[in-house]
Amino acid sequence: MKNSVKSVIIVGVGGQGTLLASRVLGSAMLSQGVDVKVSEVHGMSQRGGSVVTYVRYGVTPEDKVYSPVIEPGEADVVLSFEALEAARFLPYLKEGGAVVVNTQQMDPMPVVTGVAKYPENILGKIAEKGVRMIRLDALKLAEQAGSVKAVNVVLIGAMARRLQLPREVWEETVRKTVPPKFIDLNLRAFALGYEAFTEE
Amino acid sequence: MKELLLGNEAVARGLYEAGVKVVSSYPGTPSTEITEAAAKYEEIYCEWAPNEKVAMEVAAGASMGGARSFCGMKHVGLNVAADPLFTMSYIGVNGGLVIGVADDPGLHSSQNEQDSRNYAIGAKVPMLEPSDSAECRDYAVMAYDLAEKFDTPVILRLTTRVAHSRSIVEERPREERELLPYEKNPAKNVMLPAFAKPKHVKVEERLVALRNWSETSGINKIEDNGSKIGVIAAGAVYEYAKEVLGDTVSYLKLGMVHPLPDALIRELAEKTEEIYVIEELDPVIENHCKAMGISVHGKDVFPLCDEFSQSVIARCMGKELPASLSVEEQIPVRPPVMCCGCPHRGVFYVLKKNKVYVSGDIGCYTLGASAPLGAMDTCICMGASVSALHGYNKARGAEAEKKSVAVIGDSTFIHSGITGLIDIAYNRSNSVVVILDNSITGMTGHQQNPTTGYTIKGDPTAAVDLEALCKAVGIGRVRVCDPYDLKAFDAALKEELQADGPSVIISRRPCALLKYVKHKPSLKVDPQKCIGCKACLGIGCPAISVRDGKAVIDHTQCVGCGVCTGLCPKGAISSGEGEE
Repeated sequence: MKNSVKSVIIVGVGGQGTLLASRVLGSAMLSQGVDVKVSEVHGMSQRGGSVVTYVRYGVTPEDKVYSPVIEPGEADVVLSFEALEAARFLPYLKEGGAVVVNTQQMDPMPVVTGVAKYPENILGKIAEKGVRMIRLDALKLAEQAGSVKAVNVVLIGAMARRLQLPREVWEETVRKTVPPKFIDLNLRAFALGYEAFTEE
Repeated sequence: MKELLLGNEAVARGLYEAGVKVVSSYPGTPSTEITEAAAKYEEIYCEWAPNEKVAMEVAAGASMGGARSFCGMKHVGLNVAADPLFTMSYIGVNGGLVIGVADDPGLHSSQNEQDSRNYAIGAKVPMLEPSDSAECRDYAVMAYDLAEKFDTPVILRLTTRVAHSRSIVEERPREERELLPYEKNPAKNVMLPAFAKPKHVKVEERLVALRNWSETSGINKIEDNGSKIGVIAAGAVYEYAKEVLGDTVSYLKLGMVHPLPDALIRELAEKTEEIYVIEELDPVIENHCKAMGISVHGKDVFPLCDEFSQSVIARCMGKELPASLSVEEQIPVRPPVMCCGCPHRGVFYVLKKNKVYVSGDIGCYTLGASAPLGAMDTCICMGASVSALHGYNKARGAEAEKKSVAVIGDSTFIHSGITGLIDIAYNRSNSVVVILDNSITGMTGHQQNPTTGYTIKGDPTAAVDLEALCKAVGIGRVRVCDPYDLKAFDAALKEELQADGPSVIISRRPCALLKYVKHKPSLKVDPQKCIGCKACLGIGCPAISVRDGKAVIDHTQCVGCGVCTGLCPKGAISSGEGEE
């Protein structure tokens, strides 16, 4: 019997809240009764560096997830919180997979210090590879929702639109995962991300 | 109830269910969350100890006192705790004693890649290694039964990918346990040579009994898929192997990695024609098989260094790898950096400017070694900054003493910097030690420590008075500086480097990520005043960049610390709101 497992790789810059995104996705899948594994990054690699978390889940309740990590060519979705990071992790995308990307650009330290350049039109370069892309300005949408800190939940909304679960499941999971006093803010952010969906 | 738990949280769940009463640990990635999660259970007494040696001794004492106890640490922490470990192996337990150790293959957040399995072999204690969160819970519970049945401490070994991956755990209730009676028994508990000698014999006999248990308990099992190829693996590596090889090979899945099950290894060898031992880091299982006279593939096929994954196994075993895309552009690396508003930033800026030799240590501030600050010469292990500076200065003499400092965080200083400082005072060193007191254990994610005045459960407690402590050990010159005030810090550093006798500068300001730290509004660059000289970039703040020849500050990141304002020759950086 074929073991069918979906893989979502969530990448960004330490401090952007990628961990919350992987937890929401993991919990949403758990609530559907399928096997799930989530691999997180803690410690040194968290501080402003390039960060990556992996979520893998079964398509049916019979499917079993073994490895918690995702390797090049294996991701059904690359969810990137920052433009350059989408390019860095593009090799992880599976043939026919999709890139959901925040168009925000954050200079890494070698660019700040002038030893490297932030590549021009990096998202255009990814699009040239014939990859399915969903771009959104999550920072602007988060500000619209009420806080720049909600970038992660905006992006969860955009990703949710691509995965086959009912919207209510996502909203319920967001409600359970975020601190009570930020539920309304985060549900607004989720809705903005969910509705911002445009595929290229 | 089914929960999606981190391996570390699942270990904590296992401790809870096994009726553990005392947990003492020192934080260290990737082990920290075991103790943080355990602290959430009211039934468990939980603490952060000053270091791993103390933590293990606390757990040992609790075990002698009849309670099930636990201590958790990262791989290098086990080096610190090795002394009690080797003798607790002789003493054994009263209430079960389990040591959780998390290795970090791939060095996600560590200074080396050592393999803790060597400690189980050296100390002659059993070691269990779970491969997912469900096994983390199961093995934690099992470890206590094993400890009490065989009168031995048990090591539970995790690796980063098990400790920091979430998978599904079915939670069970806690089994409350009465304290076991304490009976005075010097022959068991006082390791004088006369008592320790017969205990060594018992330890060797215990290993034989444990090996028998490892054959028959079911923790190690053969999955016979009728293949000519056999694979021996444990932990996360077993999961990678299943991912790549599925049911096309037969397996010996190991849950107990010391002592190893000889009969099961022989059985796999009889059922198959070729065996691959797939293990990260050292060839521990491979060497064991070879010593048994069984020919296996191991490090002839798989790497010694770095962590494994499904693609490492696929590549080494000649399997096809999936196709992948990439852009042609050079993608600049994005190394971790100090956070915006980090109090360490100003210190390293001043150290760099003064061109001093910086004896470094373990913590967030090790990032001071990276560009553009690049102000660190050495980093060995917890506490080494202080003692190694003393050694450097004794070797190089008076001139070196005027151009060198040690930097060490508050938690690291408590962990093992104090003894080095005593050495400096006692042996008349002219060294300057900078204690970076950010009022928290930062790198591992904000744990309380003996200087913060709070326990792991958030209760107020005694706080170490760093100034008084430094003076008490014999340091005459002790001063406190604010690292946001670059001028004052610079002046203090110059003065202490010139002064006779040892000094301590306490650079005091709380971590900018602490919830109680109030941030100021973002600073702005006045483009009319900015001449594009890039002086402000020298501080390495991730919020500052240059666009179209002018400095800009990212308002979503800036916390208004103001350290950059002192660097601008034109006074172009300000709060911009007329607040000052």
